[in-house]
Amino acid sequence: MASAVSPTSLESAPRIMRLVAECSRSRARAGELRLPHGPVATPVFMPVGTQATMKGITAEQLDALGCRICLGNTYHLGLRPGPELIQKAHGLHGFMNWPHNLLTDSGGFQMVSLVSLSEVTEEGVRFRSPYDGDETLLSPEKSVEIQNALGSDIIMQLDDVVSSTVTGPRVEEAMYRSIRWLDRCIAAHQRPDKQNLFAIIQGGLDADLRATCLEEMTKRDVPGFAIGGLSGGESKGQFWRMVALSTSRLPKDKPRYLMGVGYATDLVVCVALGCDMFDCVFPTRTARFGSALVPTGNLQLKKKQYEKDFRPIDSDCACPTCQKHSRAFLHALLHSDNTAALHHLTVHNIAYQLQLMSAVRASIVEKRFPDFVRDFMGTMYGDPTLCPTWATEALASVGITLS
Amino acid sequence: MKLSLTKVVNGCRLGKIKNLGKTGDHTMDIPACLLYTKTGSAPHLTHQTLHTIHRLPAMAQLTLSSLAEHHEILADYKEGIGKFIGMPESLLYCSLHDPVSPCPAGYVTNKSVSVWGVGGRVEMTASKFMAIQQALQPDWFQCLSDGEASCEEATSIKRARKSVDRSLLFLDNCLRLQEESEVLQKSTIIGVIEGGDVMEERLRSARETAKRPVGGFLLDGFQGNPATLETRLYLLSSVTAELPEDKPRLICGVSRPDEVLECIERGVDLFESFFPYQVTERGCALTFSFDYQPNPEETLLQQNGIQEEIKYVDQTKKIKTTSCNQEMTSFEINLKEKKYQEDFDPLVRGCSCYCCKNHTRAYIHHLLVTNELLAGVLLMMHNFEHYFGFFHSIREALKSDRLAQLKELIRRQAS
Repeated sequence: MASAVSPTSLESAPRIMRLVAECSRSRARAGELRLPHGPVATPVFMPVGTQATMKGITAEQLDALGCRICLGNTYHLGLRPGPELIQKAHGLHGFMNWPHNLLTDSGGFQMVSLVSLSEVTEEGVRFRSPYDGDETLLSPEKSVEIQNALGSDIIMQLDDVVSSTVTGPRVEEAMYRSIRWLDRCIAAHQRPDKQNLFAIIQGGLDADLRATCLEEMTKRDVPGFAIGGLSGGESKGQFWRMVALSTSRLPKDKPRYLMGVGYATDLVVCVALGCDMFDCVFPTRTARFGSALVPTGNLQLKKKQYEKDFRPIDSDCACPTCQKHSRAFLHALLHSDNTAALHHLTVHNIAYQLQLMSAVRASIVEKRFPDFVRDFMGTMYGDPTLCPTWATEALASVGITLS
Repeated sequence: MKLSLTKVVNGCRLGKIKNLGKTGDHTMDIPACLLYTKTGSAPHLTHQTLHTIHRLPAMAQLTLSSLAEHHEILADYKEGIGKFIGMPESLLYCSLHDPVSPCPAGYVTNKSVSVWGVGGRVEMTASKFMAIQQALQPDWFQCLSDGEASCEEATSIKRARKSVDRSLLFLDNCLRLQEESEVLQKSTIIGVIEGGDVMEERLRSARETAKRPVGGFLLDGFQGNPATLETRLYLLSSVTAELPEDKPRLICGVSRPDEVLECIERGVDLFESFFPYQVTERGCALTFSFDYQPNPEETLLQQNGIQEEIKYVDQTKKIKTTSCNQEMTSFEINLKEKKYQEDFDPLVRGCSCYCCKNHTRAYIHHLLVTNELLAGVLLMMHNFEHYFGFFHSIREALKSDRLAQLKELIRRQAS
């Protein structure tokens, strides 16, 4: 597995990504993923349905919004209802009756988010269950085994995740261990023909460590790469530099999945930096707090100022919520105990994200992505000069100027 | 609006209400139920998910308790509650209270009635009440009334009498105010029959209310647990006997399948559909059969099946929920039970609701165990569909003179 390799390709690896267009200025790409449950246009935002459900919206509603790939989580599903039951239900697709694609995270991120309940060794991550106190060991082999049972179209390696605010030798240890765990995942993977195993680049905010990780992992024969360990508490200045470094060293003909990124500005900038796939709980989570996403930011619909606002959330939005309901109605409903209010916003926020990516993609295909970015920033921040510094710098680094 | 009866069998009325609504071009078959809503929306459901349900009622019930506090907003909006909530095509009936959360007693005066919203108490005189209705512009609305005679354990005759006097006074005031408003004239006032458990007062309320130009009658004060309804059924018959045949009779607070049938037999036409909502909130699914003419070969199997279900159900199980501290009935199954963990059947075989066509008991069980919002959505879709199917079967049974069979079938499953 150790032959010297150029960033472009390994002959034998499956090519699941077809490039349709590339921006001549920035690193933005438009493409199409060929996955077992159908094609997926990129760049793509993948909503997160952690426990085999997209919160309060049905599979039919999610399909109607145009979603063709969403996430499930191995850690959660591994505990409840467990891989044996899901296998009996014909995999996660069968269990939740989702006809399109699924991507499962390995459980690695829970090491950070549930850090008080976890302990990492070379063997794997030992978790104490919050539900019954039982201990489980999530090893690379176990994670892949569960994901094989879940049957998701894209599965993630188990990586050794450290919070991006951690510094020191732990970051290096985690980076090298992630490489070893990648190899163990590849070896344990029983269904490479049906499920695409992605590697996850680690290395924290250290350019050297990240470069080493990139060099090593790109030698492995995987269908795609994720950029991990970011989107935590790090500064945006460090964030974009690690993303840019990663995309500069990842093969062009394989998808780049930036994990945990979902804020609109971040999505647009990271597309410019060369990322193809994104996931984030933010849009769906913020919906359940009464916040609706719009091109100028967000509307906190529970606030009194929306009490008599009879306009839809966004008059340009084609989603069912905006077609039928006003901010005023949603405001009243949000102050009741009818959960329908949350579902209206979840529908809208997912629509917003998907419509945004669709627009981004169209602009790349039509060779006007830099103009799109300028328009987007102008709408979001009022004036290009009011755009956050990190975003301006990141865009400039790939040839897009805002003013 | 015109109610024409197709037939009356053993006290049960089968018929059609035509020229309904402000536009005058809706039709509704009776007996029927109204779509239960909370703050103008079916519980858990958006327009998309609501409209996957078959046999949706032509008329939805709104509650003043959830909407009164928004009346200034609606007055500014000007276009009425139907459009505001995104149901411009639906017929709308506005009741005073929410049948699921009865409000605290002791707040009715000679001049006002109070409802409780999220923001607290809204006190309404007749003129404030009518101003609110003017902003809402529903097709029908329950007149301001004193329903508290039935709240206490033993109604005094004095209290029963007061409930009738006050309600008649409110009615006359509201009718007068309606005459002064073009907007309000487009809505139909439903007169409210009160009188507690005192026969004399009940009869007086019925006769006097019937003299007024109301569009229909609401039979108030019959809600409670199954035991209390039993004792009031004789009152119900006497009351409906005093009411004109050609106006609809609604009842509030009664929604269980067995109680619905008892009331239909005593001349009631329209019911609230909050029972399926209560079932949903306790993580349960309606499974009772209303197939009163099954395949003869299947009859024995089905009977055995029903017996099996009843054997397993712990009928005295109390399930605490946020909005209803009700006991589970034998019309339903509790999806939280471990035995459904690996049950890959739909909730009810043969049910054509979205949930049964797409999901399994095991999946619903998982959603409940993990506290996921989708559990409520899917259960609500199924429970409404099942319940509306039940009402359809009532009408069909009446048409083909088979109500006795349906009643027997329901009775067998009620205990």
